[in-house]
Order: sequence, then structure tokens, then C-alpha cells
Amino acid sequence: MTRLNTPLSKIEGLGSSKSGTHHFWHQRMTAVALIPLSIWFAASALAYVGADQGAVAAYFAEPINAVPMFLFIVASTYHMSLGLQVIIEDYIHNEGQKIALLLLNRFAAWAIGSASAFALIRMALHP
Amino acid sequence: MADAPNSPGPSGRPLGRPLSPHLQIYRWPITMAASITHRATGVALAGGTLFLSWWLMAAASGPDAYAVFAAAAAHPLGQIVLFGFLWSICFHLLNGIRHLAWDVGYGFKVPTAKMTAALVYAGSLILAGGAFVIGMMVRGGLGT
Repeated sequence: MTRLNTPLSKIEGLGSSKSGTHHFWHQRMTAVALIPLSIWFAASALAYVGADQGAVAAYFAEPINAVPMFLFIVASTYHMSLGLQVIIEDYIHNEGQKIALLLLNRFAAWAIGSASAFALIRMALHP
Repeated sequence: MADAPNSPGPSGRPLGRPLSPHLQIYRWPITMAASITHRATGVALAGGTLFLSWWLMAAASGPDAYAVFAAAAAHPLGQIVLFGFLWSICFHLLNGIRHLAWDVGYGFKVPTAKMTAALVYAGSLILAGGAFVIGMMVRGGLGT
């Protein structure tokens, strides 16, 4: 059968894997970012999860708290979707179910991340 | 499980092939336990993002919405969920650092891997327990 791809794309091609080390590298980048961010988040949550609504809203109205919280939301939901993707690929062998769950995984990560980020931005912009 | 290699094949006759034993019959070395716990705490933290989202949305919505969240967080079940969330962060963080060390080539010797696994379990319990107790001392209880 005639292959239509060029010699360059053949030698650059990653075969059936499609994407080389992209997934691995992004999981590690977010992991490194989450070392300081998750320590900061755990400390903030411990200090403020029991506080009243006004105190929590005032805490996240401060840029010094809103910015790391925003970074934590982005890094953790992305890291989560990468991790859950591996679990789905490991355990779900039916192709249709796997594709459905991979879609659901990404949609859920975007939904949770967006909901958290919009709530945070609302507190940050309307103290 | 012992007769698995002689179980019938598609033709109904025993295959007689050697098979690796089922997961259930292996001992549980601490390194394997840590690996499985890393994945389990990852899934638990994915569930935890729902609570994070709830907390932020309730705080952004106002005192009435926040009262519902605060009541759930102060409930004993809520406190158990919060402690589980906290311990999962501590375990996944410490074991994640262990994974990053492996990624750059350190800590692969069997005694080292066993020791670091034990350190991760002990460290995560100490960190989570200590932080939880400090939180209770500061506020007289998480979520109260």
C-alpha cells in the first residue's frame, strides 16, 4: 500500500503512540509545581475551612492568596486529568467505554476547574 | 488458583500452559502497598476536588450557601472526609517526591525503596495528624 506521508514525517513519526513523552512530561511539570502549591493550599484550607464566609471571601480577595489558589486549581485539575487518564487506560479494555470515559474525564476536569476558578475570581474581584 | 494452568481452553481441553499467579496470592511488600496507595490517594484527591469546588462556590455565593457547607464540614463525617483529604494530600505529595527522585535516577536499590516507602507512610501520618491537631487547637475544631 502506498504511504502518503513524507520521509520527514516518517522519521519524525512516533508510530502508534501518537505523542511521545508529552503526557509524562506534563504530569511531572504539574507535580513539581504542586509541591509548593499543595503545601500552601493545605495550610490555607486548615486555617480557613472553619472560618465564616466573610473571612474566607476576604482571604481570597487578597491577590497574594488569589493567585496561588488560581495556580493550584489549574495545576491540580490538569494533574488530576492526566492521572485519571492513565488509570482509565490501564483498566478499561473495551474501546468504546474507554473513549467515553476519557472524554468524561476531560470534561469533568474542565467543569471542576472552571467552577472553582470562577468562584475564586468572583471573590477576588468583588471583595 | 492452583489449577489455573490446567483450566479448560476454548476447545474445552486443559491448556497446560504456565501462567503467572493471580495478584491475590502475592505477599504485599511495602513498596507494592505504597504504589497502590499512591494511585488510591490520587483517586481520592480527584474526589476531593469536588469538595474544594463546593467550598469555593459556597464562599463566593454568600453566607446562606456557606452555612450549608460549614454544617457539612463540622459534622463528624465531614471531619473524617477532611482528615482523609488532608492525609491523601500528604501521602501523594511525599510519595510524589519519591517518584520524582526515581525519575532522575535515585532511590532504586531495594532496601532504599523499602525505607523510603516506610518513611512516606510514617511521614504522611505524622504530617496529616499534626496539621489536623494544630487546626483543631487554633479553631477548636476544623469546620467549627
